[in-house]
Amino acid sequence: MPKVAVIGVGQSAFVRGYPGSIRELAFEAYSEVMKDAGCGPADVEATVVCSSPEYDKQRSPAGVIAEYCGLNPQPTFYVETLCSSSSTGLKLAYSLVASGLHDSVLVLGFQKMSEITSAESQERMGRGADIQWESPFGTMMPAYYAMHAKNYLHTFGASHEDLARIRVKAATYGQINEKAVYRKGVELEQCLAADPVSSPLKVFDCCANADGSSAVLVASEEKAKALGIAKPVWILGVGAASQPVNMSLRERFNGLVVAEAAAKQAYEMAGVGPKDIDVAEVHDCFTIAEMMAYENLGFAEPGGGPELIRAKETYKEGSIPVNVDGGLLSKGHPIGATGGSQVRTIVLQLRDEAGDMQVKDPQIGLVHNIGGVGLYGNVTIFGR
Amino acid sequence: MPKPEMDTRFAKFGTVSFTAVTKVNDFIGYLEEGKVTGTKCKKCGEVFFPPRADCYKCLDSEVEWFTVEGTGKLETYSQLMYAPIGFGEDLPYAIAVLDYGDYKVFGRIGDVPFEELEIGMEMVTRANELPNGNLNYVFEKA
Repeated sequence: MPKVAVIGVGQSAFVRGYPGSIRELAFEAYSEVMKDAGCGPADVEATVVCSSPEYDKQRSPAGVIAEYCGLNPQPTFYVETLCSSSSTGLKLAYSLVASGLHDSVLVLGFQKMSEITSAESQERMGRGADIQWESPFGTMMPAYYAMHAKNYLHTFGASHEDLARIRVKAATYGQINEKAVYRKGVELEQCLAADPVSSPLKVFDCCANADGSSAVLVASEEKAKALGIAKPVWILGVGAASQPVNMSLRERFNGLVVAEAAAKQAYEMAGVGPKDIDVAEVHDCFTIAEMMAYENLGFAEPGGGPELIRAKETYKEGSIPVNVDGGLLSKGHPIGATGGSQVRTIVLQLRDEAGDMQVKDPQIGLVHNIGGVGLYGNVTIFGR
Repeated sequence: MPKPEMDTRFAKFGTVSFTAVTKVNDFIGYLEEGKVTGTKCKKCGEVFFPPRADCYKCLDSEVEWFTVEGTGKLETYSQLMYAPIGFGEDLPYAIAVLDYGDYKVFGRIGDVPFEELEIGMEMVTRANELPNGNLNYVFEKA
């Protein structure tokens, strides 16, 4: 397989109520990625635009965004896998470059969640589940993850305090990430005393909605050389999987089999294992999601997640630093932009450019990005 | 020629239904009779809950109905303190999954105090009429 590199990354600040339109929001990440790679529009052979369409009034946003970024007449198209849209976009971009069809492809993710109210947003996100058989009972994303949390805590004898520790970690790094929407610290007691949302999950177990955009520029080895990219980051492994939407068809609730399947593919393709990962970004839309990710990615045995966080092994100085940019919990979760933002963090880490969040000398990084309640699982592995 | 009349019974499913027309509309007819039902492929015997009109294994659409009977084990649950639009008056309520062995059922907890719920407890699935006249099914203590 030909080598494929990430040659540039960009991200807008993640904010509440972005004061502009979706094309302007997308342009923030676009201008940053182009400056980062030292490229112009002529260096982009195709654009994959990624978001979750239920938030947008604009139909088929790829067209207006390509126009606004000066990316005509190159091909552009739209992909969607809920919260993992831009990881799916990255997999596509990888394939387009590895196949030799294009030398460079831009993955542009965005979401302006503030176009609608929080209640509307919950209802629409809920419709990312089974609308025929589940939504009529009044389901929401927090409730689905809460059912996983309830079963997880019961199966492994863990407590809500273990979940809360994950939020405390996220907030530690959200404070030092200038692009995060939630910049405050969070104490363990605060998490435990917070209002319940859907038992056992409380307010601080849930990620922050945000508006934001992200951009990842992918290129062939030749193109990276021709552009004189100083620190290309290589895509070593890509994995993706799906599982049934309906909860009645789920094998178990104390983990996401879709993440295990995607991880297995990515590890095999990269020729590495969990112990080789120096820094990881995992999909912590809820604290329980990060806990399950520890185990589904092999950072801990089943039931070993709580000990990993109690021992602070997933902090920056630990054996496997996870979400040292604040994660979705503190950085924010603008659906279509999230995967690209995770990739950006890992790329900056592997280039030793992550500033205060920098992990010591990482060689291999991993991104775990989940769409819906484990409908879509994506794991991507990167190396220097 | 008059348009053929559409069978929109599924619009009656749950507090708010998002689907009106489906090939498994008889599910609502059975709920009206007090039965919660799934389907079974007549060819390969595969059991489906929620019910399906088509068997993906046989690529065949000959299915028969069966009634969810006996008890299932409570596999997981959660009590919601916030609700999506249209469900606010139902709060607080709990959703859950029962494991019947051959299949699982996702639905809502009925008239059971939340603190009495326990993973592993045996529960039954019961057809239920909602205050707005719609129908769903709920889990009760066995």
